[in-house]
Amino acid sequence: MKNKILPFSVIIIFVIIFFIFFKGLEDSKIYTPDVNTKKEIPVFNTKEFFSGENIKSSSIFELDKVYLLNIWSSWCVPCRQEHPFLMNLNLENKLNIIGMNYKDNLKNAENFLKELGNPYKEIFIDLDGTIAIEWGAYGVPESFLIYNNEIIKKYIGPLNQELVDEINLLIK
Amino acid sequence: MKVLKFFLIFIILFPLSSVNAEENDKRNKITKNLRCLICQGQSVYDSDSEFANSLKIVVDKKLQEGLSEDQIYEYFKTKYGEWILYDPGLNKNTYILWLLPILIFLIGGAIIYKSFIVRK
Repeated sequence: MKNKILPFSVIIIFVIIFFIFFKGLEDSKIYTPDVNTKKEIPVFNTKEFFSGENIKSSSIFELDKVYLLNIWSSWCVPCRQEHPFLMNLNLENKLNIIGMNYKDNLKNAENFLKELGNPYKEIFIDLDGTIAIEWGAYGVPESFLIYNNEIIKKYIGPLNQELVDEINLLIK
Repeated sequence: MKVLKFFLIFIILFPLSSVNAEENDKRNKITKNLRCLICQGQSVYDSDSEFANSLKIVVDKKLQEGLSEDQIYEYFKTKYGEWILYDPGLNKNTYILWLLPILIFLIGGAIIYKSFIVRK
């Protein structure tokens, strides 16, 4: 009897370990951030892009309005790709697009807007990237769909036609 | 000349930066325990990416505001989720991670006890 307990328990341990690893195989190994959680937008102070005046976040985002906060930078290549989609979004509907200029040279940023157009209703500056952290952002480009001071959805990476269609559906 | 020497020795022995040393240690400890989410296998401390650099500034700011280490971890957890911490807490997703070593240790101990000590 005693001789049987040892091999039996070894087999059981291996079976348990096998199932744990087997279950682990099904999980995605690529980290996927949670993009659907509803979170309150952060409160922060910053500067306006064109005038350089101090503004509060509460004066930018009003209740009962839909906003798309877009983090962009002139040095960011994917931002160039997504810019035409932002321009289209601006033409198509009453969505308020807000820009967050991320760690940028203001002269270059202005040239970027002159060249490709300005889809933003308002732009504020994030010089050291700390406001982006407050938002829980990863980098540029990134967009947040906001309603009633709550983040409805987060788009990490450049927007494309598919995502633009999704945004149009969501805000209807 | 003597005064100058004395002054130099004083500066070498008591560098002014040592005042900040404690805060720096704390900052390094915290950033070593934060995962750089856009890098592969690097902590915020190791990384020099835009994301990690901004995070370091935020950690500095929070320390200056007087937040404790745990409060800072909690802050980043609400912003980015559990994944940003290298030292995960015990919850329903991580209980196997925490309990399995203890379980294996106990079973192993039981086997050793049975086969060596009881046999004697």
